[in-house]
Amino acid sequence: MSPAPAKKEVVKDDSMWLQKELINRNYHEVATAHETGRKISATFVPGNLNELLMCFDFARRLPETDALQNGMRKKSGKMIMDAEREGHSEDVCTYVKTDLGMMLAGEKGPTGEPMPHPDVLLLSYTGCFTFMKWFELVRQKYDCETVMLHVPYQGDGKINPAMRDYVVKQLKDKVIPTLEKVSGVKFDIDRLRGYMKESAKAEEDLVRVLQSAKQRPSPIDGYFGAVYYIGPIFTAFRGVPEATKYYSVLREEVEARVREGKGPVTPEGDHPGEKYRLVVEGPPNWTNFREFWKMFYDEGAVVVASTYAKVGGVYDFGFRHDPDHPLESLADYCLGCYTNLNFPQRIDMICKYMDEYQADGLLINSIKSCNSFSAGQLLILREVEKRTGKPAAFIESDLVDPRYFSAANIKNRLESYFQMIKQKRAANEVLHRH
Amino acid sequence: MSVRELVKRCEALFDDLELGAVKQWKAAQPGRKAIGYLPIYVPREIVHAAGMLPVGIFGGGDQLEVIQGDAYYQSYICRIPRSTLELGLTGRLDCLDGMLFPSICDVIRNLSGMWQIMFKDKYVKYFDLPQNYDDSTGGTFYIHEMSALRSDLEKLSNKKITDEDLRNSIAVYNDNRRAVRELYAYRAQKPWQAPTSEMYLVLRAGCVLPPEEHTALIRKYLVSCEEQQRPQRDNARVVLTGSFCEQPPLGLIKSIEIAGCYVVDDDFQLCQSMLLEEVPTTGDPLEALSKAFLHRSAQTSSKYDEKKEDKGKHLLRQVKTRGAEGVIFAAASFCDPALLERPMLLEILAKHKIPYTAFKYAENTGQMAPIREQTGTFADSIKLWSAA
Repeated sequence: MSPAPAKKEVVKDDSMWLQKELINRNYHEVATAHETGRKISATFVPGNLNELLMCFDFARRLPETDALQNGMRKKSGKMIMDAEREGHSEDVCTYVKTDLGMMLAGEKGPTGEPMPHPDVLLLSYTGCFTFMKWFELVRQKYDCETVMLHVPYQGDGKINPAMRDYVVKQLKDKVIPTLEKVSGVKFDIDRLRGYMKESAKAEEDLVRVLQSAKQRPSPIDGYFGAVYYIGPIFTAFRGVPEATKYYSVLREEVEARVREGKGPVTPEGDHPGEKYRLVVEGPPNWTNFREFWKMFYDEGAVVVASTYAKVGGVYDFGFRHDPDHPLESLADYCLGCYTNLNFPQRIDMICKYMDEYQADGLLINSIKSCNSFSAGQLLILREVEKRTGKPAAFIESDLVDPRYFSAANIKNRLESYFQMIKQKRAANEVLHRH
Repeated sequence: MSVRELVKRCEALFDDLELGAVKQWKAAQPGRKAIGYLPIYVPREIVHAAGMLPVGIFGGGDQLEVIQGDAYYQSYICRIPRSTLELGLTGRLDCLDGMLFPSICDVIRNLSGMWQIMFKDKYVKYFDLPQNYDDSTGGTFYIHEMSALRSDLEKLSNKKITDEDLRNSIAVYNDNRRAVRELYAYRAQKPWQAPTSEMYLVLRAGCVLPPEEHTALIRKYLVSCEEQQRPQRDNARVVLTGSFCEQPPLGLIKSIEIAGCYVVDDDFQLCQSMLLEEVPTTGDPLEALSKAFLHRSAQTSSKYDEKKEDKGKHLLRQVKTRGAEGVIFAAASFCDPALLERPMLLEILAKHKIPYTAFKYAENTGQMAPIREQTGTFADSIKLWSAA
């Protein structure tokens, strides 16, 4: 019998190891929170008020990242089916069903450690209708204290003072008193300011990292790689000094790659060489994340910018958490998250990326679970093509439901798309020569 | 006018995807404007006070062939946005001068931005309803939203909307809501006299008629119903819920009745019955509308329930006050608000030992046999096994 082939080692930068450590530590903190006398909060990635939650010493859960971690670990498929057997519709979000399925399966988190019930659900209703029902469902099952933060949608493409005042008033009158009551910790605004100072530093470094993709070759992948880069700042670590350090290390790594003229790091080592520069709209698929990524780098494609890397905060147009105006700044942060932007704003942003990052085209990964992103994406495709003259393509998958990832279909579409870009480029070159 | 004639008129209005009634209303007086609104709820009083006609847009139903609209949506998105786009792209909504997209779900929310891009010459507003029900917080925000709408419509109509205009419009809609409540009460009392397939058409007429005319129509229907006695059947009395946005085809409502159910309450046209009590016609009119929405409006799945114990209260009240024997949960396929809410409501019904059945539909569902079979079995089970 021949020996089993050795498993290929995944290549990781120092910053990736640092991040892994942060995430695992957080899962451990959540698992042991009640034993150590800490309360647990749960909230969502878009509009997450991590700095505020830290002011009350909560161990912090983010059910979306739990679901995606379960997806990456190939555990979500069964969880989804278990939830569907319990009566949850096959038509609705698979993050929700993975979360509920995880609870049904004995309340073990993605790392295998216990996942105790949250003590408070901070329902930051930002850019996604499903969030509201998700926490109502969790509350129904576990009777957790729940506090709603309604973040109005930017229907007119701007934040007006009434929207900001509404969010701030909810923070003052509802959210903070509830968090004080559940945690038993008195709110200290200076503590909040301190965390926000850390956030702003990390945000500055993150923006430098993401904007490094304007270089040729791009030293990063702004979608598959960016998923790792945004991890700490979009979740339980924004405002934590270790996260600030992470972004400083990451920035140094990326700047070194720029100096050396290197492309992005892939799980198989250095990128084989940049042939196509893409902008991607929509979240990635998590169940087949590596396989999906490989389809890009095997063909020489690099994603130079993505809208998903803005889902937990749009920082590249100047917003930073502002310790001098802490509550107003938290409101602006929530109001400005990508999925809280209206369609014209989203299209403008993509067109800007196409231009500034010198992209060859737009790829939309349309996610069955996520109407907030997906409903109307075919109009985005048409409009961006019309405005930029660059080709766009459309693929479909899901966040964490393995039944909706068809590798062969996606690979075929991507290969045809890359061919199309190549032909278009050749035609342009001929045109320029004459 | 006999019931038959009256229902025939309502059916003609319902079938007319060209919105002939709206065009007629506009033609009757030069300069008149009409504003479309999507489900579930907008304060139509503000549109009315601007001298405009609020027009309910509930998709294309089962008569519209959707061709262009499908090109904008993936297979896993519900049908109402695609048929609404089809109506727009085929010029059927040209008579509308603007569209309001209330905050019901992400699909309708995104449609508001699509409308801004695709129909640039029209007024478009995403209308955010508050999920915080404190007067000083959600109320202040909501009054600002309504003030913004008021100011936009003033610009569009070139006419100042005074507080008095608003109070008059509130009175008009109070009367309309009163008539709608009378209709619901009558049907619950004598469902054989006012079948839901008819009553639904009478309600839908309110989407295209001025409220004053619609109120009169409802009252005429109630009078006509009493003039003609119809046979009473031993049907099961049910509340139908979950159909607040994309509407089931009329054939589906008929099928439920044919299968042995009297629908004694529903949420088809929530905009007309969202506010549960009279809105005061004195004082600040926007404040009055705000308080009515925040404190005295129907529960529905696109609204947040502040407390766990509030969940399902409205549905339980419907069952109790209407003397229903069961609940049919009928939701549009891919409808996030309804389908995410469903497990919670079904759990509550089970806890209260209220029989229920659930199915999905699309506005163009054509196969009624499975629905008839399911609801028929449900009705039989109620008759055979409940209480007896």
